[in-house]
Amino acid sequence: MPEVSDKIREAARSLLRQHKVDLVVGFERGSIPLRSTPCFVRREEDVDRLIWDSFCENNLAKYLVKRAERVAIVGKGCDVRAVVELIKENQISREQLFIIGVPCQGMVDRRRVEAKLDGREILEVSETDGELELKGDGFSEIVSREEFLYPCCKTCTHRNPVISDVLVADAAAELDSDSHLDVAEFEARSAGERWEYLSREFSKCIRCYACRNACPLCYCQECFVDNSRPQWVGKSTDASDVAVFHIMRAFHLAGRCVDCGACERACPMGVDIRKLNRKLVKDVKARFDYETGLSLDQVAPLSTFRPDDPEEFMLDP
Amino acid sequence: MRAKIIRKEDIAGLLESLMEEYEVFAPVKRDGLVLFERISSASEVFLDYQNSLMPPKQLTFPQTETLFGYSSAKGEVKIEVPHREEKPQLIFGIRPCDASSFVVLDRVFDGEDYKDTYYLERREKTITVSMGCVKPRSTCFCSSVAGGPFSTEGSDLLLIDIGDKYIAQIVSDKGAQLLEKRRFRDATEDELASAATVVKAAEASVGPGVEMDGLKDKLDSSFDDPIWHQLTEKCLSCGICTFLCPTCHCFDIVDEAVDSNGERIRIWDSCQFPLFTLQASGLNPRPTVKERFRQRMMHKFSYFLDKYSRVGCVGCGRCITECPVNLDLRQVLNSVSRLEGVK
Repeated sequence: MPEVSDKIREAARSLLRQHKVDLVVGFERGSIPLRSTPCFVRREEDVDRLIWDSFCENNLAKYLVKRAERVAIVGKGCDVRAVVELIKENQISREQLFIIGVPCQGMVDRRRVEAKLDGREILEVSETDGELELKGDGFSEIVSREEFLYPCCKTCTHRNPVISDVLVADAAAELDSDSHLDVAEFEARSAGERWEYLSREFSKCIRCYACRNACPLCYCQECFVDNSRPQWVGKSTDASDVAVFHIMRAFHLAGRCVDCGACERACPMGVDIRKLNRKLVKDVKARFDYETGLSLDQVAPLSTFRPDDPEEFMLDP
Repeated sequence: MRAKIIRKEDIAGLLESLMEEYEVFAPVKRDGLVLFERISSASEVFLDYQNSLMPPKQLTFPQTETLFGYSSAKGEVKIEVPHREEKPQLIFGIRPCDASSFVVLDRVFDGEDYKDTYYLERREKTITVSMGCVKPRSTCFCSSVAGGPFSTEGSDLLLIDIGDKYIAQIVSDKGAQLLEKRRFRDATEDELASAATVVKAAEASVGPGVEMDGLKDKLDSSFDDPIWHQLTEKCLSCGICTFLCPTCHCFDIVDEAVDSNGERIRIWDSCQFPLFTLQASGLNPRPTVKERFRQRMMHKFSYFLDKYSRVGCVGCGRCITECPVNLDLRQVLNSVSRLEGVK
């Protein structure tokens, strides 16, 4: 996507030249195939480092929390939804922020691409018109980009940034709605089956907290798992403590999670972290008709109270 | 080189016989992830891998370890030492980098001034049958840190794949004893020559990695250089690099108790966590990612050298492949190496 990269650079260059921002947060080429990496540009001469491709998977809103500088962010749909929530939660002000919006075509799941090659190491990747060419020692394969999109990109309904100051590509085609079929399937299981599934997933967790630290909305100055006075949760990999961490984190993100999937992409152990988050996304939508990060004016359902809020769960657990 | 020949079709039989004597741990592929697990059948073993996602470090230094249990009733305190597995353990298919990580960990846990009985008990009953790397990954940099795809450090036996058979290079007495009891023939001159060719090709394919010449001096003199902020700005401060590292060994000790009955446990800790250096006064001498990431580099490539005369890194590259923001240690160290105006 060289033309998108060019437009990002153009926007960044002009912002820095005119001293409209102090910093541009975007992506640059990664050090290994299938990776692009967050990049912080403060000088005009560094602008050409900025790129855009199918591997800009991190949610850059993470880097905006409590920043003092005037900052431009290269934001895809989910990054900008997280930005909207961060503005509403007073973590950054709209005035100090310039959004270089990127209508997103979805990001490629590097681990699934690697799995397809069955142990053969990819040494070089090039990208053209919806296809990826993967090269390694004695092989070259072409795969379709679409086939390897991250699960969250496949169900994404807001690929186009909901707010922006400049857009660097034509609008992306949007899905009408996220059917949450995966959640419905999960809900249909018995409580025992659901618990068994979650317990098995949590058992893979090594408590590295990459999920929490990659999440743009997990910005508590002191996370409840780190609190030592009092200590709410045990520190070991004991199954109940690990479960408490994941369940509490999911609840704390109710109505705040934009389902960007940053948690799952960061997880080295392949834990199905989004299962709980997506259940809550679906419930918040059903109960409060609220989709996170779509508008600066809509009040987040869990930060307000209305007498007609649904509350049957209080009576019928 | 003392070496025996093990035909590939004999590996399953060998593993089955080893299982009678040892708890055997080997790479197993589950849900797409390759991890070291205790096997109960040779058919579980997955050898077509470049390296496991996690090193088998937990076999000598578990992530959670009960040091002792305690209870108190009517003024009487009882201490209970947990029961330990008696059977020796064998790690089959460990990569040479991970095998040498045990030697790094030995420096810490089996040092002159401190002997860690919990670690040592496990370490002493561990035997390692390593699998040399015919195809190192592009992120491997073992050769930069005094290792290599067929380095024997930390191994008892080292297997070299020469096609339809393995050359089993005998590295230690433990390894020799293991093979002595089993009837394998000696390797011929021709077979040793094939092994040498495989080793040479693999060694040549390891990337340039980290420029070690003068790195320590640069690290020591660039502690306050603004480059550390630039290099680490994207770090998320998660624990992946340390928890997936075969040589990281920092731990915390906590009590898990209800009233006065509980356990004192040791858990892995990570210098990347803000809590790691938070003091009771509220002061945190490493308050941001800059200080924390720098510490990780300094510990491995400067302080460890000062204390133990070797670097505390074996070049496995896991911190490179698994970092969620692709913060590449090679780039960080090489940027420091290339700093000008710093000694």
